[in-house]
Amino acid sequence: MAEPRLIEISPVTRVEGHGKVTIHLDANNQVDEARLHIVEFRGFERFIRGRLLWEVPVIVQRLCGICPVSHHLAAAKAMDGICGVDELPPTAEKMRRLMHYGQVMQSHVLHFFHLAAPDLLFGFGAPAEKRNIFEVIKENPELGRRAIAMRQFGQEIIEATAGKKIHGTGAIPGGINKNLPIATRDAFLAKIDDMLLWTQDALAMARGYTLEHSKLVAEFASFPSNYMSLVREGDGALDLYHGKMRALDAAGDTIFDNLDYRNYQDVLLEDVRSWSYMKFPFIREIGPENGWYRVGPLARMNTANFIDTPLANAALTDLKSVTNGAPNRSTLANHWARMIEVVHCVEKIQELLLDPDLQGTDLKATGERREEGIGVIEAPRGNLIHHYKVDENDQVTYCNLIVSTTHNNEGMNRAVKDVAVKHLSGKEQITEGMLNHVEVAIRAYDPCLSCATHALGQMPLEVELFDAEGALIDSRQRAG
Amino acid sequence: MIGYGNAGRGDDGLGPAFAERLARANLKDCFIDIDYQLTVEHALQVADAQTVLFADALIGGDTPFRFAPVQADSAADIASHSLLPEAVLALAELLYGKAPEAFVLGIQGESFGEVAEGLSDVAQANLDLAEKFILEWLASSKKNVLLASSAC
Repeated sequence: MAEPRLIEISPVTRVEGHGKVTIHLDANNQVDEARLHIVEFRGFERFIRGRLLWEVPVIVQRLCGICPVSHHLAAAKAMDGICGVDELPPTAEKMRRLMHYGQVMQSHVLHFFHLAAPDLLFGFGAPAEKRNIFEVIKENPELGRRAIAMRQFGQEIIEATAGKKIHGTGAIPGGINKNLPIATRDAFLAKIDDMLLWTQDALAMARGYTLEHSKLVAEFASFPSNYMSLVREGDGALDLYHGKMRALDAAGDTIFDNLDYRNYQDVLLEDVRSWSYMKFPFIREIGPENGWYRVGPLARMNTANFIDTPLANAALTDLKSVTNGAPNRSTLANHWARMIEVVHCVEKIQELLLDPDLQGTDLKATGERREEGIGVIEAPRGNLIHHYKVDENDQVTYCNLIVSTTHNNEGMNRAVKDVAVKHLSGKEQITEGMLNHVEVAIRAYDPCLSCATHALGQMPLEVELFDAEGALIDSRQRAG
Repeated sequence: MIGYGNAGRGDDGLGPAFAERLARANLKDCFIDIDYQLTVEHALQVADAQTVLFADALIGGDTPFRFAPVQADSAADIASHSLLPEAVLALAELLYGKAPEAFVLGIQGESFGEVAEGLSDVAQANLDLAEKFILEWLASSKKNVLLASSAC
C-alpha cells in the first residue's frame, strides 16, 4: 500500500497573482483533500486610508496592472455616492460605459486566445511544450493577428475614454472629465465591422468547442452552486456597468433580487479560513456551508433574463438551450459565456459610438455630500464591490473591497477538488498533464489573484510531491 | 522604448520612471511607451521599430543596472497577462515577420511588492546612472530607438 502523499502546484500558471494548489492523496492514492491557497497578502485597504476622495479612482488602479479600469470605475461609482450623485449626466455615464465595454472586451479576448486556447486546442494533457500560444499561432497565424488587433481595439477605447493608457483619470467623482471627439469616434467606427465579424468568429470557436466536447464539459468541474451578479433594473437584462443585485440558486430560483448594491452587507458575509489569505464570501441567509456562489461570465448568463443586443442575445438563447433554461453549472462553459460577452461589448461599443451624447458637454453632476459610498460593477471576472467612508476632510477612513476572484473562491476550490478526484485519484504516477487539468479548472475562472490578495505578481509553476512524513520526494518547476 | 512596471509598488516603478526621464530628453525618432507590464499588443509596436529598448526594474542584481541584447524566444511561454521581452519579440517575428534589434535595461531596485509610491534612494541613484549610460549609448551609436519601459 502506498504512503499518503501531498502534491503542490505552486504557483498556478496562466492566471494572475500568487497561488498554489495542494492535493492530499491517501494511502490508496485517492484524493483526500484539494485546495487553492493564496500565499501572499498586501494590505491595499490600509494603503488607501488617508487618501483624498477625488484621487481614489486614480490610485486604486495601482491595485492591479491587469484590470485597473475595473477598479477605476468601481471606485468612481463609490465616490459618486459620497458626492451625493445618484445619476450621472448621459455623456458621463455613456463615456464610462464605453470605457468599461472596451476593457471587458480586451480582457476576455486576451484570456480566450492567449491563456485558454492552448488547452482547448491541444488538449489539457498535451505535452507542455505544445501547450502554448506560439504553437497556436503557428497553426493559425491569422487568428493570432486578429486576437492582437481585437485586444488593441479595446485598449484604444480605454485610452480614449480614460485619457491615458495607464493611471487613467477619465472617471471622476460625479462624472467624467472629457467627451469623445468626432475624429476619435470615426476612427473606432472604421474598425467596428471587423471587430463584430472577428468576435463572432471567436464566439463560434468557443461554442463549437463546448458542443463538440459536451461530455467533457458536462463532467469537468461541473457542479451546482448559487450565482450572483448585477442585472439591469426593471427588466433583468445583462448589464455590466450598473444595476441591481440578483442571486439565484442552482435550480434558478431567486435567493434575492432587485437589491440596491449599497445594501450588499445585508446579504453577503465574508468567512475566513486559516489556510488562505483570500476570504470566502457567502449569502448571509443561507450560511457559509451552502451559501457560497459563483460570479463571472457564466454566472451572468445564468442570472440575466436576456441581453439587450441582438447578436449576443441570440447566443445567450443558444447557450441556455443546452440546459433547457436551467443555470449552466459547467466551469468550462465560462469560455462560451465569455465570448458572448465579447460580442455584446462590441455591439454596445457600436451603439455608443453612434450616440451623439458622447459629444455632450455636461460632464459632471453634484449633490449633497455623504460620508459613505459603495460602487459595484460587473468586471470581466465578475462582480466587484468598492466600499469607502470618508471624513470631513475628504480623507478615506474605511475601505472594503470584494473582488471577483474572492467571490469565486469557494467555487474555484470546489472545481479543484472535483477535477483532482476525477483525474488524479487512483493514479500511481501524477504527470504534468494531469496536474494541468487542475490548472485548467482554475484558469476557466480567469482569476486575478493579484486583486484578490491586493498583490501584484507572476506565477511560475512549481509542483512538489511529499510523502506522508512531509519529505519532498519529487518536484517540477517552470518559469512563469 | 517600453518602460514597464507598477509605480504603486515602490521600486517596481523603475521602468516607467526611466521612460519618463527619456521622454524629457526629447530624443528624435524615439517612441516611448509606458505600461504596467508587457502584453501581446506590444508585439505590434516592436514590429514597427528598428531598435527596441525594454526598461524594467531589476531584482537581485549586483550592479546598479544591467544592459544586454535580447532575442526572440518562443520558449518564453505566455504564462500570464504579463510577457517577457523574449516572448514579445517572438510574437513580432511569428505574426509580423519582424525581428528588430532589441535590448533589455534592468535597473536595480531595493523595495518591491508592498503597496507604496515613490522610488527608494538606491533606486533613484541607480536610475540616474542608467539614464546617463543610455543617453551616452544612444549618442555613440546614433540609434533610432523605440524605447519601452515596465517593472514587474
